[in-house]
Parts: sequence; structure tokens; C-alpha cells
Amino acid sequence: MSFNLKINGETRRVDADGDTPLLWALRDELGLTGTKFGCGVASCGACTVYLDGLPTRSCVTPIDSIDGEEITTIDGLSGKASAAIRQAWTEMQVPQCGYCQSGQIMAASALLAETPKPTDEDIDGAMEGNVCRCATYHRIRAAIHRAAEIQEG
Amino acid sequence: MYDFELVKPSSVADAAAALGDEDAQALSGGQTLIPTMKQRLAMPSKLVSLAGIEEMQGVAVSAVGGIRIGAATTHATVAKEVAGSYPALAALADGIGDPAVRNRGTIGGSLANNDPSACYPCGTLASGATINTNKRAIAADDFFVGLFETALEEGEIITSVDFPTPSAANYQKFDQPASRFALVGVMVAKFDDGVRVAVTGASESGVFRWSEAEAALNGNFSADAVAGLSVSADGLISDMHGSADYRAHLVGVLTMRAVAAC
Repeated sequence: MSFNLKINGETRRVDADGDTPLLWALRDELGLTGTKFGCGVASCGACTVYLDGLPTRSCVTPIDSIDGEEITTIDGLSGKASAAIRQAWTEMQVPQCGYCQSGQIMAASALLAETPKPTDEDIDGAMEGNVCRCATYHRIRAAIHRAAEIQEG
Repeated sequence: MYDFELVKPSSVADAAAALGDEDAQALSGGQTLIPTMKQRLAMPSKLVSLAGIEEMQGVAVSAVGGIRIGAATTHATVAKEVAGSYPALAALADGIGDPAVRNRGTIGGSLANNDPSACYPCGTLASGATINTNKRAIAADDFFVGLFETALEEGEIITSVDFPTPSAANYQKFDQPASRFALVGVMVAKFDDGVRVAVTGASESGVFRWSEAEAALNGNFSADAVAGLSVSADGLISDMHGSADYRAHLVGVLTMRAVAAC
């Protein structure tokens, strides 16, 4: 079957079965490999994308269940919050191996867009679905605080 | 991915008809069902998505008290919409899973699944809510039958849930940080006609009401009133995250905390 998906501002055609997880449509069909496969069972957050701006796990989202929502991946992430997050991430050298980081950045940018001055509790609440095997959690938390300062200007 | 067919009806009647097929299964937010299928713990050949059914969406707050939540409403939406009218329920919804789960997962899906450690069954039972289906209205007291088991019949669809609003309520969740379910969770809700206490994450038979605590709190609504009470560890969940004795202890502590926070 063929599906038209709105991804990063463009309409992209995907020829795949409707039960194909969005993650595989992005990576294998469209070559958008910024979004990562971590666990495949909605437990780790590495595959986080936005559907209409809301963080969603692409590994458990069949493409046929997407009903015209705008999909944003790390490849197309833009805006003030995400720019601040990226700058803070670089400044503070947040990633270690980096595998989980596109999911972390998606979750962190969504938090900062909605909550410009997050507390530690806000950060832990927003980031708890994103697992990092290198345990960069402390740097992630510090970098989100730094990004809040950057965003404030 | 496990091979299945997905159908997307736009009305409850069409969904009910589609569920008549052998091996068909209702799909709401998919935050439990899809991972379960990926692990081959469930193998339906056809999924009937309830996400596109307009009449199952949204929250309506009645002027005379009481809230109706469409079964396909996400946790994130409930957390926002009932923050003013039923803050304890909003807080419960806002603590389920993580943001990605709350953006897709729904109240109807959670109730139909009846995970023994889920938050919504606890909030629904403590509230004395009514679960409306395409066939009937079921009181929360009759809905939760056992482990992953409900009063729903084959092909029956939850369409909405009616919550009476208590004069005071609080939900205390002791997080199991890996699964983000409740290791134990207790909701206390105080109504004009009595106090209701529901416990999740503790019993091998799923969510239950702690009637001794309710009786004590009806006489004296204070944490001290339940300080001397305890639940038996018999029939409580015991796993690597906590023994039955530990869970029994948590039930008492969390009940006191919930009452104190009311």
C-alpha cells in the first residue's frame, strides 16, 4: 500500500504495509536515520518523534494509524527551544556514545517549548521516558537548565 | 512487525461490527497493545482503531458536578482538561507513564486492559465512576473483575466514563521507576455519602477497595484514623521490585499520605 505522510514540512510517499511502524518507514523507506531504534517496545524513547508537536514513540505507531498529523523528526527539528537545546548540548558536551540523544533532544525540546523555565522536577517528569545507557542524565538535566538561560537570551 | 490488518471506523457502531470478526481486537492508544504484539504476547489478526471516533473524544464538565470523559481521550488531554474540576484525577493522569505514553494512551484503553498496577483503574474505582459502553453502563465496583480481567464482554467497547467529583481527593503513587507503573498506588476520595479508598499495584487480583480504611475514615477523616490498620500480605504481588509484605506496608503508608494531602 501507499501512504502520504507529512514529514518535516514535506509530503512524503511511503510504499509499505499499513502495520509498518513509523520508525521503519522513516529509517528504511525514507532514509531519515536520525531517529533511532532502541528497544522497539516503547520502553526507551530513542525513537521519539513529534506528531502535531507532541512527543510520540515511532516504534509503536503503525503508519496506518497516522491521520494527517504533521510528523517532525530530529532531522527537521527547528525553532527557538530546539536551537537552545542544541547549543547547550554542544556547550556542555552532553552525549557520550550518543545513540539515545536524538530522542533525548526531541523530549527536551518539547519540554522547553512548553515550559521555558523548567524545574528539576519538570525535567525529570518530561525526560523519564528516555533511557540513556551511558547515564548522561546529570548532564542532560544541567544542559536543559542552560538551554532555558540561552532561550531567555 | 507482527502482521495485522488495521481498520479505522468513524463510529462506535462500525467499530462494534468490525470487532465481530474472529481474532479482531480493539486498539486505542496502543501504548500497551502494540509492544505486547511485538513481543508476540498477543497475536490478533485485525486491529480496530478507536482513535478516529469523534463521539469517544474529549472531556465534558457538567454544571451540576460530574465529568464525562470520552474513552479515546488521551491522558495528556485529561490532565489538562480536568485540572480545575477534579485536580486529583488530573494529577493521576499526569503521572501515568511518560510524556509519549500520555500523548497517545487513553483512559478507555487503560480501563479495558485493567493492568494490576495501572493508575486509572484506581482513580475510577476510588471515584465510584460509571463506565459506559456501547451496550450498558457499568459501575466501577462491578467492572474490575481480576487480573487483566473486566466485566466487558467480547466485542464490547467502552465509550465514556462518568466521574462524580469528590469534595476532596488525592492519589499517591509509589513509582516503579523502570516501568513507570505504580509499585503501589492509593487513591482516597471523599464524597458527601462516604469515603472511598482504592488500591492498585498491590493485589494479584488487580485493583481493590480497602473497606476497613473506608470505615475508619468515615468515622474520622484523618491520617491517624488509618494509622493502626494494615492489609494482609496474602494474595499481594511479590516480585523483584517488592515483596508482598513491603507492598502491604506501602498500602498503609500511602493511604495516610493521601488522606493527609486531601
